[in-house]
Amino acid sequence: MFDNNLRGMIDDVRDGRMDRRAFVKRMIAVGLTAPLANQILAIGGVAMAQSPNPYKPTKRGGGGPLKLLWWQGPTLLNPHFATGTKDQDGSRIFYEPLASWDVDGHLNPILAAEIPSIQNGGLAADAKSVVWKLKPGVKWHDGKPFSADDVVFTWEYASDPATAAVSSATYAGMTVEKVDDLTVRIKFKDPTPFWANAFVGAYGCIIPKHLFAEFKGGKSREASTNLKPVGTGPYKFIEFKPGDLIRGEINQDYHMANRPYFDTIEMKGGGDAVSAARAVIQTGEYDFAWNIQVEDEVLLRLEKGGKGKTLYAVGGDIEFIAINFTDPNTEVDGERSSMKTKHPILSDQRVRQALALLVDRESIKKVIYGRAGRATANYLNGPEEFVSKNTKWEFSVEKASALLEQAGWKAGSDGIREKDGKKLKLLYQTSINGPRQKTQAIVKQACQKAGIDVELKSVVASVFFSSDVANPDTYSHFYADIEMFQIPMTQPDPALHMRRYHSRNVATKENKWQGPNFPRWVNKDYDAAVDAADTETDPIKRADLYIKCNDLMWQDTVMIPVMHRLAVEACSNTVRPALSGWANQTDNLQDWYRET
Amino acid sequence: MSQYILRRLMIAIPSLLGISVVLFVVLALAPGDPFSELATNPNVPPEVQAALRTKFGLDDPIYLRYLHWLAAMVQGDWGFSFVSRINVDTLILQRLPTTLYVIGSAQLLALLIAIPVGVYAATRPYSLFDQLANTFAFIGFSLPTFFTGILFILVFSVKLDWLPFVYTDVPGSGIPWLLEMIRQAIMPVMVLGLFQAASMTRFVRSAMLDVIRLDYVTTARAKGLGQAKVIVKHVMRNAMIPVVTLIALQMPAVFGGAIVTEQIFRIPGIGSLLISSILANDTPVVMAVTFVFACLVVLFNLIADVLYGWLDPRISFR
Repeated sequence: MFDNNLRGMIDDVRDGRMDRRAFVKRMIAVGLTAPLANQILAIGGVAMAQSPNPYKPTKRGGGGPLKLLWWQGPTLLNPHFATGTKDQDGSRIFYEPLASWDVDGHLNPILAAEIPSIQNGGLAADAKSVVWKLKPGVKWHDGKPFSADDVVFTWEYASDPATAAVSSATYAGMTVEKVDDLTVRIKFKDPTPFWANAFVGAYGCIIPKHLFAEFKGGKSREASTNLKPVGTGPYKFIEFKPGDLIRGEINQDYHMANRPYFDTIEMKGGGDAVSAARAVIQTGEYDFAWNIQVEDEVLLRLEKGGKGKTLYAVGGDIEFIAINFTDPNTEVDGERSSMKTKHPILSDQRVRQALALLVDRESIKKVIYGRAGRATANYLNGPEEFVSKNTKWEFSVEKASALLEQAGWKAGSDGIREKDGKKLKLLYQTSINGPRQKTQAIVKQACQKAGIDVELKSVVASVFFSSDVANPDTYSHFYADIEMFQIPMTQPDPALHMRRYHSRNVATKENKWQGPNFPRWVNKDYDAAVDAADTETDPIKRADLYIKCNDLMWQDTVMIPVMHRLAVEACSNTVRPALSGWANQTDNLQDWYRET
Repeated sequence: MSQYILRRLMIAIPSLLGISVVLFVVLALAPGDPFSELATNPNVPPEVQAALRTKFGLDDPIYLRYLHWLAAMVQGDWGFSFVSRINVDTLILQRLPTTLYVIGSAQLLALLIAIPVGVYAATRPYSLFDQLANTFAFIGFSLPTFFTGILFILVFSVKLDWLPFVYTDVPGSGIPWLLEMIRQAIMPVMVLGLFQAASMTRFVRSAMLDVIRLDYVTTARAKGLGQAKVIVKHVMRNAMIPVVTLIALQMPAVFGGAIVTEQIFRIPGIGSLLISSILANDTPVVMAVTFVFACLVVLFNLIADVLYGWLDPRISFR
């Protein structure tokens, strides 16, 4: 009923019978938040409202230097080769996409003249094409004009397999054509409800055709522009030392009025997170430091009487414990954790549920994550409209014990449960990382109380997260019973995030363990829901499908969500950054200024 | 003598070759892969990762990769960094000036402290000065640089707010630029220099004590030579032989030992390049940097040998 009403109201707004604000007010009245109401409108085909920009300076420049501290320094400055957020952050100072996600998760035009919508004719009703209108008069840093050719070229460059661009998936399965100098049309093979992927955000940065044309495909590494970027961004390139320093100066020709505010920019790399926090919060040597994953009590101590503070951006990153559905200890056809096996203990739903009951998120939050985490029962934690309200986590050793009892695991003489002479023993692996080892300890303790013997294992991060086929200790080989890590949600649409656990993506020897479905969980309903959502153009039905996916994972206890993690940044008291949990930290750099 | 140097250099080639084989095999067998950050990223399809691995030759057998590396190296091509996708020599040359500036200054500071203090302490063994010098030397080399580094930061940056603790390339030129470059180098140079000075002082002192008791020194004194002349001309020159060995052989180790200091103060030197490359599994860079260290060891050995001959003509080159 709510669905139908809602749809009617969205139609009213779209056709102008109801104004936007009235809609938002009604949504708030039924218990939704304003950003959520806006999101519903946005996905309902109503043009996105841009959040009021708090940018105050009334002229360009004059802000002096802006000093950024990234404890992992950017190593390359081509956004289409970026191996990590650090590289995306660095290249984003100079390059720009057509639009970026703002603080509230709305699309904000950068190089686009407007955000495509059904009203302005940008979006096709069948969700099979998008027309982007480009901002006129934009110039590359070398003075050449920016045009539709550059956008088309960027697509050709990134989608060419020989270029080996990391953004290639973003540009596959579509064609991009020039309509005129300031208009491009993207055509999708299938209806694509999440059309705002190509040319938006980190992988959406447009590169200049006149400098990269010769370096498409196999010669991509040879472009000198990989190290000396020429973009359209708010700052012009001066100097780059990989892993150490990026320096830029104000772009006096920048295409947004009164922007940017700072005269020079410096991004310094290296060191560790704690000392980065210290340089910003305590001594004020730097203005902003990225990704301060430090225990909260340390930050609280630094913040006392300091020159800076911590900021939190809410995205969808999730720390979870995944459960192995196959047997890691039996080898079939030379493969452990083979799809031909079933986990001897964990294939019992009751044992999985018992495990979920033994994760004390409250303590984990209190002892480890503090302000940087939110206890959660969901794998999918944002944006709001995709978050399930049907799940609820609980910590109870008694209930867990009862479930294990039911499943036939009786307490043995040493306190460890056993069944058919076999002990209830699990191997729990994760990467080496302070908070993860502490979480392991908390979970292990609870498990012990319930009679489960948990053996802890920690693997060096560079091995655990590697794609090395020959290494049995990677998370995707998953030669353990349960394992824990974080999956970042890189865009405010769940499609990529949820597609991972489709049964066609099971990690096996055959695909060299490159499939992202490492729990090796197969569920027909889940597959069907993910497939349906991929082409579902009705936003409300689509959100329902993803909520269903999340709930299926919860019901089957495929993974135990532990913490919804927020991005933690350190910032000087005077600098006003524009941060979004759905974007890179430097994505809205043109809107940063200093309060004097 | 030039023949001697040439001969020594020829001998160095097989040893460097051996070192390179060992380094290469160890790195190839070490786990990890440079594209690990892509592995958890749902935007990056597995095909791209596989394509990158093939493109960078990561799937070739070890001996083939080694031969490729050797062939390129002989032609002066150091390979390119997987992570930055730029040439390794560019990367190293970018870092070298900073390393030389900071490490060089620290080494100089160490010498300026160690030689006078060590010599003076040796001339007056068990005096108050000697006792004090010894005590400080012991404290100095028992405190690791990561501890003194953080201590310095807490005192001079956080408490007193005198010095910056992030070392960065300051833009500009002229006197203010020079002053700023000196200001930010003070803490790392002190940390590293004092640590080096401590062990070196002990060494200089004991080398001096060994020589100072020899008969020819007594003879020189008996001839009526002044104390200063005896110490500088007769004792120091001979006592410096083991000290030169120590300093020469320590040079490569200093580059390595500075890794910690470089990390604490974010100094963009070779040491921090090595550590970040190891963390990123950037094998070509790790290979090149460690190989440079190996070359430095060989080179400084040679320099020490040449210096022996100059300090003590009895050691001849054959």
